[in-house]
Amino acid sequence: MTRLFAWGALIFGCLFFLLPLVGMTEFSLKMRRGVYSFDAYVRVFEDPTFWATFSYSLTLAAATIVFGVFLVVPTAYWVRLKLPQARPVIEFITLLPLVIPAIVIVFGYIRLYNTSSFLPLTGSAIGTDILLTMGYATLALPYMYRAVDTGLRTIDVATLTEAAQSLGAGWFTILARIILPNVLVAVLSGAFLTLAIVIGEFTMAALLNRPAFGPFMQLLGANRAYEPPALAVIAFAITWACMGLIQLVTRFSKHERAKA
Amino acid sequence: MADNRPDRRPKFRLPLEWLGILPFVTFAVLFLILPTMKIVVGAFQTPEGGFTLQNLIDLNTDSIRSAYWTSIKLSLITALLGCAVGFAMAAAVVFGGLPKRVRGPLLTFSGVASNFAGVPLAFAFIATLGPAGLVTLWLKTEFGINLRAYGFNLLSFWGLVVTYLFFQIPLMILIIIPALDGLKREWREAAEVLGATGAQYWRMVAFPILFPSLLGTFALLFANAFGAVATAFALTGPQLNIVPIKLFAQIRGDVLGNPNLGYALAFGMIVITGMANVVYIVLRTRSERWLK
Repeated sequence: MTRLFAWGALIFGCLFFLLPLVGMTEFSLKMRRGVYSFDAYVRVFEDPTFWATFSYSLTLAAATIVFGVFLVVPTAYWVRLKLPQARPVIEFITLLPLVIPAIVIVFGYIRLYNTSSFLPLTGSAIGTDILLTMGYATLALPYMYRAVDTGLRTIDVATLTEAAQSLGAGWFTILARIILPNVLVAVLSGAFLTLAIVIGEFTMAALLNRPAFGPFMQLLGANRAYEPPALAVIAFAITWACMGLIQLVTRFSKHERAKA
Repeated sequence: MADNRPDRRPKFRLPLEWLGILPFVTFAVLFLILPTMKIVVGAFQTPEGGFTLQNLIDLNTDSIRSAYWTSIKLSLITALLGCAVGFAMAAAVVFGGLPKRVRGPLLTFSGVASNFAGVPLAFAFIATLGPAGLVTLWLKTEFGINLRAYGFNLLSFWGLVVTYLFFQIPLMILIIIPALDGLKREWREAAEVLGATGAQYWRMVAFPILFPSLLGTFALLFANAFGAVATAFALTGPQLNIVPIKLFAQIRGDVLGNPNLGYALAFGMIVITGMANVVYIVLRTRSERWLK
């Protein structure tokens, strides 16, 4: 009886999740009348705007990840080592992006950093790019911080630091050559998750008026029939790849540890 | 030695130690706290900068009230269904006697699906349940069922509910499986030894322990749906009257005709998602007491 119910729940769930994936794949192949073809994909890949927006989002994702690592790793390390009393406050701050919707945060950016403000970031393209990167870093903060902090929990931060210091290492050496390699798996997990979040992000990019992949997809969806599902298949593949890579690095590290 | 350390150190070291988190604090203040404060303060200001409650009072129009109500309804229903279905699937995998091989793929897939939100998700559902979608056509040609005739329209409230469930259910699975794993076998055995039936065990032992997790996750799903913009926007365009879309239109083109009303609209969103998350955080710490 329980097992019957269990199978029922699972099969229902699988149907619900597989149908849209099958649906979008099938639809994306139907561009040519009567036969399945990859015409929609060819059309998407021939579109220069696709490549322009995609590489723009990819660049921003890379910038977000680099910035996030530089921001989060030293902070999480320092809090664990020297400021355990600041931990609740820092954790609370890192959870705030889950509380405040992205649209509200970007609304604040637009009003706070407009051309007549103390930091007129929205006045220039590069300034807006920086602002968008900061926005993405904010969105990724909860995931990045938690991943790195969990990684730090598994190593003895204090002992490693003292050992490095007694060998004459400075703070930079400690962070770059002791701490970072030890939490690399956690950092990579956070990085891939950040990539998955940033690559198709719509709200912030659209409201800051930047030519990112998310707004491009939305615009295409409003005007075309067959290309959007093709884009959905591509986006799903990217998300899947990011999650697969997270699993891969985690599994890889487990093997390493088992060997040691 | 160890005893006189604490009173010596703070004198000259403490301020320097706080410097270590200065970059983080600067970032958080500039790109998280100040922007939010700007919204909150703006909600209580006149365009000239004086204090007023008029913006919040002005929210009380038919169109804005119904936008909030639709948003709250949407978030409640998707959170409720997400919790129920996600719990059923998680319980099926953890207790249902399914093969162990199912679990790993389900967790991985949930990780993917909970992140597959936004514009592409809307496309996937249009291709499936839209007017020319796979399932719509299949039902029509094979069974003569016209979904539209039954009142189902993907570009409507219920269409949005179905679409949101695609990321709500996996999120529930991801959060609740560790909680279900935390239910100790001994508790079940103890209950059985004392003569409890399966239903009694669930009602009097497992459910009370899981309750904070369940309600907490419910709150998280609620906030998750409430703040979502991209999926709804890509699905229905700017016409569906829910708060995030209204705010989106307001930021783009001041459709309300009063910039400070936009602040009030956003402030309302913070209040609602904030309340939901307070519930989540409080209940989460409470459930962690048991599930260790």
